[in-house]
Amino acid sequence: MTDFPKIQTVGLSGILVSFADTMSEPANRAALSFRAAIDGSDWVEVSETSTSLVSTFLQVDLVAVPVDAILTRLNDLLDSRDWYTADLPDNRTLWHIPTVYGTDLAPQLEEAANLAGLDPDAAIKELSSARVRVLTIGFAPGQPYLGELPKNWDISRQQGLTKSVPAGALIVAIRQLVLFTNASPTGWRHVGQTGFKTFRPSSETPFALSPGDELCFPAVPRAELEKIMAHDSTGMGGAETEVLA
Amino acid sequence: MTATLTIAQAGPALTIQDLGRPGWRAQGLTKGGAADPVAVYEGAALLGQSPDLAMIEMIGTGGTFTADTDLRIALTGANMTAKIDGEAIVWNASHSLPAGAKLTLGGATSGTYGYLHIGGGIASDPLLGARATHLSAGLGAALQSGDTLHVGVDKGGDTGFKLPRDGRFDGGVVRVVTSMQTDRFAPEERDRFANTPFTRDPRANRMGVRMDHDGAGFSAEGGLTILSEVIVPGDIQITGDGAPFVLMGESQTTGGYPRIGTVIPRDLPRVAQAPAGTKITFEFITLDQAIALETQHRRDIKALAGQMTALIRDPSTIRDLLSYQLISGAVSGHETFEKDS
Repeated sequence: MTDFPKIQTVGLSGILVSFADTMSEPANRAALSFRAAIDGSDWVEVSETSTSLVSTFLQVDLVAVPVDAILTRLNDLLDSRDWYTADLPDNRTLWHIPTVYGTDLAPQLEEAANLAGLDPDAAIKELSSARVRVLTIGFAPGQPYLGELPKNWDISRQQGLTKSVPAGALIVAIRQLVLFTNASPTGWRHVGQTGFKTFRPSSETPFALSPGDELCFPAVPRAELEKIMAHDSTGMGGAETEVLA
Repeated sequence: MTATLTIAQAGPALTIQDLGRPGWRAQGLTKGGAADPVAVYEGAALLGQSPDLAMIEMIGTGGTFTADTDLRIALTGANMTAKIDGEAIVWNASHSLPAGAKLTLGGATSGTYGYLHIGGGIASDPLLGARATHLSAGLGAALQSGDTLHVGVDKGGDTGFKLPRDGRFDGGVVRVVTSMQTDRFAPEERDRFANTPFTRDPRANRMGVRMDHDGAGFSAEGGLTILSEVIVPGDIQITGDGAPFVLMGESQTTGGYPRIGTVIPRDLPRVAQAPAGTKITFEFITLDQAIALETQHRRDIKALAGQMTALIRDPSTIRDLLSYQLISGAVSGHETFEKDS
């Protein structure tokens, strides 16, 4: 694999550093670590950075900044270590988000369990004990793509779209979970429901999650989530956090 | 007491906009902001104020507005029928709007996005560092009849100036640079794309503009297996049915459809402003050509104030003619005006 990492311009808006052309844990790790290294370097030409699943994007005004000048430094940084095995950035957060699996709150648990070759109880056990990482944030503000789940969860999207799943829905496909920001149609299957708000526009921390954060979705009875929601004004939905050093 | 502007009757798609909200892409929020930034700079030049002030963006049609104080206003972007208390006023120009007078902005006669700028700007509460409404993210909402908006302090200045119109409302050639996924399209497919006349589909909004054409849809090699990747404004994604979709400022931050190229920033207003049915073609240019064109465009934007000329008014339409000082100091309409930007 000599094709990667690959550096390309993106319109006149910036530079993309891709670490693979398919999703993999090491390539996602590389993208996150490389973004942290860029952010830590404080290059004046870079006004903003972000990651997709397996790439890092640097917002650079290519009209004003000669691309050659930055390419040399980018290549030097890329050569400075093996990004695929680099340590993940420090000070990420581990979130524990109470989740109701199945019931009419999350009606596709059984169907998804079947596709994963499990009975519903075993599926709840796997999903509620999995620790997944924010692979990327997108589609809607603050909305995380989380992975990777064990291989048996490499289930395809459904043929048709579910008309609407609510905000806080936990949905699954292709070894990934998504925690929905807003009510939205989806082709993924709705297996859990949380009271967690990923986007809180009026709050001091409008975006709860950052790429690289890790999440667990411990199972709680429906009555417990309802009790949490009756008193929740923060958008946390009963979530607890710890810092990953 | 701050001045207020009241919307007596709102068209269906009025929002507060500014130059957008950069810095949140990693968190899934695109920059958004006015669909036609050139119109923002024109409004700022006409009123001699900062382009960072907020204004009202109007899609297709405007509305009826009144103010509780004398205001300076400027109208830019898509040409709409415009009247103050029934008297027609010129578009792409600055005017005074007396307290209590009725400003009526009707349907667009060329272009799609019109802008109403106020001296001092719209002083709504900023959200995440900007005033731009971002409907798809749920930041702000469309303006409604009966809404009253606070106006910032106007540092003042003359009105009665106009700017020349450019050709960005009529479609035509839109220049494109290659992007990260262009090479997923075979060379013949790229050539066909560049040689195909498109028309702007009615399906268009602040997130993106769909293009129609006769003949087969366009496709990338392995199009459906491409991973979701970062979106920048102007990206032309090829959707599942093979139709190009030009992504605008309020799109998603990432997308899974392959991008055949990216419209250069100065030509993006041309895509936004083209009314449904307008003819558009795409022309690939090199990165160096694009940089030269954008550098020139930025110079032109800064020099807009120097393009202003005084409105020449027909004395028979001036209601309070006797109050004008006509003997000395009158403006001929032929001077060039230099204003501080």
